[in-house]
Amino acid sequence: MACPPAAESPPARQPSVKVILASADVQRVVDRIAHQILEKTQGAADTVLLGIPTRGAPLARRLAARISTFEDVAVPVGVLDITLYRDDLRRHATRAIGPTELPPGGIDGKRVILVDDVLFSGRTVRAALDALNDVGRPSSVQLAVLVDRGHRELPIRADYVGKNIPTSLAESVKVTLVETDGTDGVKLYGGTTS
Amino acid sequence: MIRHLLSGADLDAATATRILDTAAEMATVAGREVKKLPALRGRTVVNLFYEDSTRTRISFEAAAKRLSADVINFSAKGSSVAKGESLKDTALTLQAMGADAVVVRHPASGAPHRLAEWVDGSVVNAGDGTHEHPTQALLDAYTMRSRLGRLAGLSVTVVGDVLHSRVARSNVLLLSTLGAKVTLVGPPTLIPVDWATRAAAANTSGGGAAQSPDITVCYDLDAVLPTSDVVMMLRVQRERMTDSYFPSAREYARRYGLDGQRMRRLPEHAIVMHPGPMNRGMEITPEVADSARSTIVEQVTNGVSVRMAVLYLLLGGNNA
Repeated sequence: MACPPAAESPPARQPSVKVILASADVQRVVDRIAHQILEKTQGAADTVLLGIPTRGAPLARRLAARISTFEDVAVPVGVLDITLYRDDLRRHATRAIGPTELPPGGIDGKRVILVDDVLFSGRTVRAALDALNDVGRPSSVQLAVLVDRGHRELPIRADYVGKNIPTSLAESVKVTLVETDGTDGVKLYGGTTS
Repeated sequence: MIRHLLSGADLDAATATRILDTAAEMATVAGREVKKLPALRGRTVVNLFYEDSTRTRISFEAAAKRLSADVINFSAKGSSVAKGESLKDTALTLQAMGADAVVVRHPASGAPHRLAEWVDGSVVNAGDGTHEHPTQALLDAYTMRSRLGRLAGLSVTVVGDVLHSRVARSNVLLLSTLGAKVTLVGPPTLIPVDWATRAAAANTSGGGAAQSPDITVCYDLDAVLPTSDVVMMLRVQRERMTDSYFPSAREYARRYGLDGQRMRRLPEHAIVMHPGPMNRGMEITPEVADSARSTIVEQVTNGVSVRMAVLYLLLGGNNA
């Protein structure tokens, strides 16, 4: 039996990819969040930015750089690894743990702004709040995310949102940054194209 | 990740490096206000010690507690073992109590291997007879790496009672996996015959390709000191000596003990290690043990971080 000609086979399903934010958009969104932080915190005094790995860390550094360009204030930046605080630790193979780097002044009595790339179930942020509890006592905690894709499973919301994206659970949101992936961008994969 | 840690040979270079990297992160917890991580909450770790130990048992206990595991300490003295219970029956009892990991020290070489066949949880060898002590080798490697910045290419000289030393055996296996060059030094009576002949064969045949681990044996401590990056002094284990291996303690100390004079012959950057407990005045003089080159106290601190890493990597995920 011969193989059917290619034309007769059903068209291969193309995985749909939609660009949500292009490279220049990402920078604009970061700039806007930096302005919002300055506005809401009245000049970002006593504020510490803590990035959640992987992509929260470079985002936090970018925000700090933009804030110092706009208002000439140096906001301390750190990294908060949350691996050991995850609620699904035992459902996966052992995860590698990353570094937690707190700024020299610590976080006690400071306003801590957690920075992450995508806000989804809220479980990462819950883990981050637990981790934060063990490394110090901030006066308040806020959350900044590049993208909020909805589908929260916990009562958590962000204080600063770069972009709200309505998604279905079948879709996945992928953020890429120059520091970690070579290019800036936010893409939406999967789902149906209509 | 592996399920048990029984031997230094269980670890390939990638796994060993992963443990050391994880330990480096665990070490930062010691500097925090809350010295606790929730990673092993609800898991039970049993310390099963059939032999006396201070630092290893306390170190494992501290490591498990910092990871929020529940710790049950079992020492053979004052337990059913004194009434004649066998290792297997004790193992089945622990199994019935739901131990997720068993940290075992036993005077019989190979006891942890047998135990691993009887229990569902992970077994960590905390020293079996004169055989192996893999977490000590890992903490030694960690200490070398943090002091000297690397392991590959380091010249490590292990001095003393190699024959009875589980620390030496595990170190030789692990360090050669990680690319260090190990030289064993001691009186011929205290160097295992198979290692001595193997090293001699490798030297005469001109190639060590078939010889693994790659080790050298030397009977003259003074000859190897100027080229050593690390000198690891071993305790003379009188309790395991059933024979007279050297004429007198004084002669041993003169030929193989590390004193200030010998220490000054080491390269500038070289470090002195000792797994403890020390016989001060026998294999090491107080001048050396308390010098800036000595990492003996550091090794104890690092032991907790390394054992946290081992417990986390064995029990942290669903791969246990």
